[in-house]
Amino acid sequence: MWSELRNLRDGIDLGTPPRDGAPVAITVDGKNVTAPAGSSVMAAAALARCPVPKLCATDTLEAFGSCRVCLVEIQGRKGFPAACTTLVEAGMVVTTQSKRLAELRKGVMELYLSDFPAADIPGGWSELHETMQQTGVHRHPYGAGENHLQAPVDASNPYFVFDPTKCIVCSRCVRACEETQGTFALTIEGRGFASKVVASQGESFLDSECVSCGACVLACPTHSLVEKALFEGGVYRAQSPQA
Amino acid sequence: MTIRVCVPRDATALSLGADAVAKAIAAEGKRTGAAVQVVRTSSRGLFWLEPFVEVETKQGRIGYGPVEPGDVADLFAMGFLQGNAHRLSQGKVEAIPFLAKQERLCFARAGITDPLSLADYEAHGGLRGLQRALGMAPAAVVEEVVASGLRGRGGAGFPTGIKWRTVAAAAGTPKYVVANADEGDSGTYSDRMVMEGDPFVLLEGMAIAGYATGASYGYIYLRSEYPHAAKVLNEALATLRAAGWYGTNVRGSGFAFDAEVRIGAGAYICGEETALLESLEGKRGMIRYKPPLPAIKGLFGQPTVVNNVVSLASVPIILDKGGKYYADFGMGRSRGTLPIQLAGNVKRAGLVEKAFGVTLRQLIEDYGGGTRSGRPVRAVQVGGPLGAYFDGSLLDLPLDYEALAAKKGMVGHGGIVVFDDTVDMAEQARYAMEFCAVESCGKCTPCRIGSTRGRELIEQIIQKKNVTANHRQLLALCDVMENASLCALGGMAPWPVLSALQYFPGDFGLPAGKEPAHVV
Repeated sequence: MWSELRNLRDGIDLGTPPRDGAPVAITVDGKNVTAPAGSSVMAAAALARCPVPKLCATDTLEAFGSCRVCLVEIQGRKGFPAACTTLVEAGMVVTTQSKRLAELRKGVMELYLSDFPAADIPGGWSELHETMQQTGVHRHPYGAGENHLQAPVDASNPYFVFDPTKCIVCSRCVRACEETQGTFALTIEGRGFASKVVASQGESFLDSECVSCGACVLACPTHSLVEKALFEGGVYRAQSPQA
Repeated sequence: MTIRVCVPRDATALSLGADAVAKAIAAEGKRTGAAVQVVRTSSRGLFWLEPFVEVETKQGRIGYGPVEPGDVADLFAMGFLQGNAHRLSQGKVEAIPFLAKQERLCFARAGITDPLSLADYEAHGGLRGLQRALGMAPAAVVEEVVASGLRGRGGAGFPTGIKWRTVAAAAGTPKYVVANADEGDSGTYSDRMVMEGDPFVLLEGMAIAGYATGASYGYIYLRSEYPHAAKVLNEALATLRAAGWYGTNVRGSGFAFDAEVRIGAGAYICGEETALLESLEGKRGMIRYKPPLPAIKGLFGQPTVVNNVVSLASVPIILDKGGKYYADFGMGRSRGTLPIQLAGNVKRAGLVEKAFGVTLRQLIEDYGGGTRSGRPVRAVQVGGPLGAYFDGSLLDLPLDYEALAAKKGMVGHGGIVVFDDTVDMAEQARYAMEFCAVESCGKCTPCRIGSTRGRELIEQIIQKKNVTANHRQLLALCDVMENASLCALGGMAPWPVLSALQYFPGDFGLPAGKEPAHVV
């Protein structure tokens, strides 16, 4: 059922959950595509093989609209709607690539990278790195500013680690804990720049209500939450070039 | 005959010592044997005169202010109970120019009535709007509000009647009315004055909204910083229930409506309607993406009217006197009156309710009396912390949604903050980004990270480090925040920054006349 609804080979993330409404025809980058009513523009674009960059969106979770790299242009609409939270409407004409969109996506990606460990930018293989490839942004222009680069790793869970320095606060883990697992062990604490993922009331993962299901690890686009088995020798954080 | 002496119970008056003044008047009355009744009323909004004491005399109300407890004995001795002259006398209150030239529709009862006296309220035009609405078809009530041209006074300026129409047409039961009382814009206090000083007008407006749209329950989402308003509103709700104006069968009409006050947890962002709804549902106050509009899928997923306090408080007079009466005030597409709040460096701070079209200069000079410092006005911020800074060349702009938008400014919630020529606009720009960083909900990245980076860039510029490069990067960042943010907090935080750069480049150490790329 899932693969039928996806109407795609395994391994392609539509960005938002599949819907089963009546087909709606739209145009994405000049290509005609139909998507079930209730689908997002992001899903339709993926079906049209015009994938839109994304970070907070994945098709196992409901759309959230926080990462702002999936902005597109839609004929007759002002501004730059997010492809994940905009639903297809018959006759919609969508542009996913333009100079203006590239500028905005670059600006957003630079903000992410301005609070991301420099040592983990080159050579990584997370979804964030795919998005870096897609947008062509691998560096940022900001000087040394406020950051989370000294936040300690939480290695309390026997199976996975949480390295908050790589966290982009997309809430995919929080939402997976709610929507996939129904455990509600994770939340965002604080606001603005201080917003961070915490388990229960700011406890370690092991001491929290976390049941070690792994839904958050699977959902994380940056390997901020990642299986311990991938590391050898118990060193969970790359040495930064400056250190 | 007992002489009534009115002392405001408004929070501004209280903070300036109104309670002590009221006590002193009662005590002095007792001591001298004068027949005095101290009545605690709402405030006129003439804040430079608070605590402002009004004596009911044969010639009408005579005002004295600002009164300190130590002045009371002297006032009695000089015969203020008869309205006699005194150094603190302001003469006949209604003749005070600041007040006399206003057009008070929403604030018709301000300073006149006891906020919690339903008899006072009815004696001064209250409940006529709801009474008339109950005799009309709900759709006709909506159309009356559409005809009034009333637009959302919270800041967005969306036509209130059109919003009601959407909720009325939306499928789903129950529906809700939510009063947005999370008044957080700097220099604004009109919502607070309505709630503390004339709570029934808000509650009447909410009931009319409920009747018009088919909503049966209301919430007042009140910021935690307004404890006096919470107390007054709860007492007013109890009074309306006891009188049959709220409840399962409003005045025998068959219409059921009730409401409750909910206190926020201290977040500016919860004044944004979707974050407000999340908070009302007991969740973290974060922005929801739109659509779906709250009018269709709002509180608990149900169709919901979310209106600002002043918007709702403007409805009773519209229903009482008709949409046309209200629409006859104003200019262009900005109809009716706006309660403008003068603040900052201004001689006479206070509430000015005027028809749209009054100019910033008239407000600042004629009403405000210029700066309190006596120095020249250098900058004016209209519409709250996300509003643009204007320089002196723009003071002849009329207060009008479209006229201000054309200069990339906004009416917002009607707050005007005045600065004299000692202001450092680079510091103000830095503050705008800092404000956004402190108040960001943390959901979307342009706001969450961008506001902090923006503050850092401006700090670098202030410290004269790489000014050209940092200026260029600041403009690029403002573009991203403006166009990529999820809501208006991140989207508009660049406005005060860009306008400060445009009109006051020297404060940033930048050459004059070099306009930033993104300012229209």
